[in-house]
Amino acid sequence: MTGTTRVRLPIPILVLAGTAIVFFALPLVGLLWRAPWSHAWSFLTADGALTALRLSLICSLWATGLSLVFGVPLAWLLAKVDFPGRGVVRALCTLSMVLPPVVGGVALFFALGRRGLVGQYLDRWFDLRLPFTTAGVVVAQTFVAMPFLVITVEAALRQIDPRFEDASRTLGASRWYTFRRVTLPSIRPALIAGAVLAWARALGEFGATITFAGNFPGRTQTMPLAVYLALETDPDEAIVLALLLIAVSFAVLVAMRDRWLGAGVRNRARSV
Amino acid sequence: MTLEATIGTTIGSLDLDVRLEIQPGELVALLGPNGAGKSTVLRTLAGLQRLERGSIAIDGVVVDDPDSGVFAEPEARPVGVVFQDYLLFPQLTVLENVAYGLRARGADRRTARASAADLLERVGLAAYGGQRPTVLSGGQAQRVALARALATGPRLLLLDEPLAALDAGTRTQVRRDLRRSLEAFTGMRLLVTHDPVDAYALADRVVVIEAGRVVQSGTLADVTARPRSRYVAQLIGVNLFSGVVDGDIFTSAGGASIVVADASPGEAFAAIRPQAVSLHRERPHGSPRNAWASTVDDIDSLGDRARVGLDGPLPLIAEVTVAAIADLELRPGDAVWAVVKATEIETYPA
Repeated sequence: MTGTTRVRLPIPILVLAGTAIVFFALPLVGLLWRAPWSHAWSFLTADGALTALRLSLICSLWATGLSLVFGVPLAWLLAKVDFPGRGVVRALCTLSMVLPPVVGGVALFFALGRRGLVGQYLDRWFDLRLPFTTAGVVVAQTFVAMPFLVITVEAALRQIDPRFEDASRTLGASRWYTFRRVTLPSIRPALIAGAVLAWARALGEFGATITFAGNFPGRTQTMPLAVYLALETDPDEAIVLALLLIAVSFAVLVAMRDRWLGAGVRNRARSV
Repeated sequence: MTLEATIGTTIGSLDLDVRLEIQPGELVALLGPNGAGKSTVLRTLAGLQRLERGSIAIDGVVVDDPDSGVFAEPEARPVGVVFQDYLLFPQLTVLENVAYGLRARGADRRTARASAADLLERVGLAAYGGQRPTVLSGGQAQRVALARALATGPRLLLLDEPLAALDAGTRTQVRRDLRRSLEAFTGMRLLVTHDPVDAYALADRVVVIEAGRVVQSGTLADVTARPRSRYVAQLIGVNLFSGVVDGDIFTSAGGASIVVADASPGEAFAAIRPQAVSLHRERPHGSPRNAWASTVDDIDSLGDRARVGLDGPLPLIAEVTVAAIADLELRPGDAVWAVVKATEIETYPA
């Protein structure tokens, strides 16, 4: 690690950056301040809260896994292959980042719903129904989360020195072997960063989930949905659930940054 | 058991058309200025770039021939490459780097690691096997890169500027090591370089390319004795002109007439060593029959001698003593006569 530089920082930057930190910290402090600490434990151990948390974790991990499996090849295609219409394809695949999630959920419904474009055949031929199922939650989360992985990995793939892949080929490695042993390891930091971003997005997913998968406790009711629902009935419960979600996300982000992303950045700095 | 290649391709504005043959055990240096197409030749031989015209055959097996649609992928060619900055995989250990090719070709982990350890031992780097390549010095990295390229037993070894990444201090030592390592390899070797010292120290034969064409080939002694390109002429520091000989007059492409001795008629090169050019304030009388009114362009000092660049009907470089410059009181912009004896001019057919 490089030591902190002991230069005087420009005052305007300090003031603006400090304001930003306060802006992010304040809502959290607000929740902590307003939290019903005396009976928080009973809310946490209530059946619904843990069920929602478990469902959230399972679904978001599935969505992250699917994003990796399909998103990395997609990023590779976008980064390495100059095919006609690449710009359109990239826009299409990252559209769900800018789309209101509710719109995404509705669109998914018309495509994969029981009467949807593809969904009717899934239903008829495979007896597979996605809407209002846990699988539907995973689909909705993957739909909004994968673009975060794709753009992160695509940028990294564009930056790596293609001559390492050339060197691999001349040593007798096929394209696929080269991809696994040279390309993937050299984008590891971006892979992890992209996966964390996608996971975080999936964990916080609300709009697409509620429109496409509904709000059934134990089946499709993830933490954000539980928080929203609780807000209408018992705000105290909503606050406790929100804090729990925040605590889990925060812990993962802090652990990831230091363990993986930091190491990646250090490696890169050394090889330059 | 040879390499036979006719390499034709277009890169931007450069049309590359190079014919190359390498005999078994021969080390050929491909020499040329930056942008001449050297690296492209190497990439086509390795299969990293497809030919547009021509063909490549290694030991009689065609690996690239666009006319008949043959193209062997890089991994299917018996070719090893040592890249310019070695390109050791930073995420693998030194040992894993050397074992990489064997693993990629399907050897099991233990066998690959055992032969890699053996190769590392032979280049004296067994102690570094478990470390990352970033800890290696330039010379060590080069030895590892060579061991890695040779691990899979290629028939043709390509070396892309293997000494360019090193600083001048270590280059001599590494060049010596490289020569020893290359002698141990009995296959065909092609060394791409822009440094004639590398070619001189390592190669049996040089092929000089310029702007995508072979301009000269032969032993380095042949090539430098009778340069046929500006590039080689500049490397060895002679004035070179192309033109036509008629009787005892050589007319340069720039239109200047030079009186020469013993020249055979037809298209020819004329080479004039800078030391053969003398400078005078007044037009001299007597035996030298070549005198051109010139202007001093620049003066470059080389110890007790100086190189004087001249502008005139024949742009020349003259090498004279510093004392002579002082006597003549020469400064850039001065008018001066450049004089060369006919017998000092070497002509040979183009």
